[in-house]
Amino acid sequence: MNEFFYLIPVSLALGTLGLVVFIWSLRAKQYDDLDGAAERVLYDNDEPISGE
Amino acid sequence: MSCCAPSDFVPLAQGPDTRAQEITLGSRQLEPTLWQTDLSVPSIHCGGCIAKIETALGKVPGIVAPRVNLSTRRVTIKWHDAAAAQAAIDTVQTLGYPCHVFDDTQPQRDEAFHKLILALAVAAFSSMNIMMLSIGVWAGATGSTRDVFHAIAGLLCLPAFLYSGQVFYKSAFDALRHKTTNMDVPIAIGLILAFALSVYETMISSDQAYFDAVATLIFFLLAGRTLDHMMRARARSAVDGLARLAARGAMVVEPNGQTTYRPTAELAPGMEIMLAAGERVPVDGEVIDGISEIDSSLVNGESQPLTVATGSALRAGTLNLSSPIRLRATAAAKDSFLAEMTRMMEAAESGRGAYRTLADRVSRHYTPVVNIAAALALVLWLILGAGVHQSITIAISVLIITCPCALGLAVPMVQVVAARRLFTRRIMLRDGAALEQLATIDTVVFDKTGTLTLGQPQLKRADAVSTDLLAIAAALAGHSLHPYSQAVSAAARTRQIGLSQPEDVREHAGLGVEGRLDGHVWRLGRAGWASADGVGQVILARDGKAQAAFDFEDTERPGLHEAIDDLKRRGLNVELLSGDSAPVVAELAQRLGIETARGEVYPADKLARIRKLQAQGRKVLMVGDGLNDSPALAAADVSMAPANAADVGRNAAGLVFLSESLDAVPYAIETAHQSRRLVTQNFVLAIGYNAIALPVAFLGHITPLAAAIAMSSSSIIVVANALRLVRPSEKKTHHE
Repeated sequence: MNEFFYLIPVSLALGTLGLVVFIWSLRAKQYDDLDGAAERVLYDNDEPISGE
Repeated sequence: MSCCAPSDFVPLAQGPDTRAQEITLGSRQLEPTLWQTDLSVPSIHCGGCIAKIETALGKVPGIVAPRVNLSTRRVTIKWHDAAAAQAAIDTVQTLGYPCHVFDDTQPQRDEAFHKLILALAVAAFSSMNIMMLSIGVWAGATGSTRDVFHAIAGLLCLPAFLYSGQVFYKSAFDALRHKTTNMDVPIAIGLILAFALSVYETMISSDQAYFDAVATLIFFLLAGRTLDHMMRARARSAVDGLARLAARGAMVVEPNGQTTYRPTAELAPGMEIMLAAGERVPVDGEVIDGISEIDSSLVNGESQPLTVATGSALRAGTLNLSSPIRLRATAAAKDSFLAEMTRMMEAAESGRGAYRTLADRVSRHYTPVVNIAAALALVLWLILGAGVHQSITIAISVLIITCPCALGLAVPMVQVVAARRLFTRRIMLRDGAALEQLATIDTVVFDKTGTLTLGQPQLKRADAVSTDLLAIAAALAGHSLHPYSQAVSAAARTRQIGLSQPEDVREHAGLGVEGRLDGHVWRLGRAGWASADGVGQVILARDGKAQAAFDFEDTERPGLHEAIDDLKRRGLNVELLSGDSAPVVAELAQRLGIETARGEVYPADKLARIRKLQAQGRKVLMVGDGLNDSPALAAADVSMAPANAADVGRNAAGLVFLSESLDAVPYAIETAHQSRRLVTQNFVLAIGYNAIALPVAFLGHITPLAAAIAMSSSSIIVVANALRLVRPSEKKTHHE
């Protein structure tokens, strides 16, 4: 059992990474217009993700 | 892309262009020279619209980063020069999308929502990682391995317990401070005790800890709350996006002869104000120059436009229809009619007893029962000779298992689903309590103008007029904002008649429109002016000889008769209270079969009528749109307003319907009844689950595993039951 203990920090690190990425995407306003994002994917003219 | 042309007809006469100063008032300054304006564009509805608007705005010089938000139906533009913003608005309008400056009084981002999402993310992180360790324990980890797992789980639980749980602690604390209880009180007690017990168990290296239950509980409850908040935010943003019907400011003639645009709050009695056609009167005033017609339907429910001339008094909120006038303010904004209505509304609102939601009422009985059960368990096990530690453990496990997880989801989930169902029918539920109260009403009070009718006149017997004459009449009418002119234009549009091209078209305020065609002078206007001989509300005349007569009636809302019949079939009392003239009201009431109807009612009388009904023990739904309805809307148990309602009325209403048809009212009531049934079922399910779990916990058989399974499964059952609200309606609409 003891030889698997290193898996715990690994899984926690991955979990934390997921949380951080989620918070980043929230801050980057990626959830502000979900309906629009679904439609924009169909158009060719690429533009910056954020209107800033 | 035909779906992307909301209206291909652009009337010749439009309201005055939104002025640069007015745009600036509704904008936010980002940098010293950079401003941001949000435009509300309600008719954006697909990806094509996004591409069309963004491409067009990209070509407008001086506009930086135009961005369409499809969810909120808004366009954000940034600019250095107000003229560019003006051009951008014109561009969007020319594309066929009506738009207006969205008032940027509130902060752009919803801070409460932001916090909820973050709290939810943290709880999700904690609960998932703890669950991974818990499975190890359940699978049989023993000794020091188990203790380490418990310790790590405890550390992982901290952020959820301390950060995410705050939502519940705060709400519970507030309730206790006001000496009441709500659902969050037992939740907070359960969470704190479960965490404390688990820490103790970990320290004495016992084989049970409830960290997973704490984190999962917080996650489930927060998920319900977040959904609830999202639904309400969506309804709120849809309602906020409606056109503002109060004047933002006015063009003031300064003593030195210059004109400046001032916000409404700065207007003082004695100031001279220029009011263009199509603008709303900002403050109470008196006309000092000019003749025009005034639409006061929003203010007092009167459907006929009124002619005003020098000396006439004007009320704030009325709309100037035909030509520019000058007026002298007789009251400041805070003393105007609009402010008076707002004050009356606030007084009515504070007089209304605070409504206790169903969940709060249930929890008032639930909390003591659970607390007594836990105390009883402690005492009984002590008497039976179990040790102090074991007795406390059992008592706390009783509290954990009865922690109202499913009960806390029972109401919000149903409301979320109901709000979504209403949303698809373009009915905005602004407040969950309104839905609960809607299920209990027994009386519906309607306003007339703007509510039962659309408040826009329609041409009577439009088919009786020959095509050639209508073509000329509509061509002249296109130059006027008068509701009668617009009705003539609309009639020509429905019959798809190509318009004639008259020259030298001029509008004569209070009289009509004049133009020349093939050497003849044509006039469209009131009987005495257009010609001496015609009979009718509006006459079309050639060189003073009447050619055609037009009569108008107020357009009824589509679905009016069906809606009223439906309400009566449900056994509801229907009443009609209107500020319009008594004969008009009586005629409509008779046609609809409404027995109790009164005309020429003042705002205070409407309020008094609602109060009287409530004193008789009735639960009243008020449906109205005007400024004069707003005190009544605030006083009624629950209220609905159409999208074209005055701003204060919309804010007072629990539900706002954007659809034109009046079937929104019976539909909302039907949904409210179904929701109440589902909420009751959910309560029965949740309490039934507790009835089974409580004896088991009482006997000391609840392990952390059993608690986790029981909590998750009961929550899922309750959520699944709430989702049943979606299906039947969708089937029904497919059949229709």
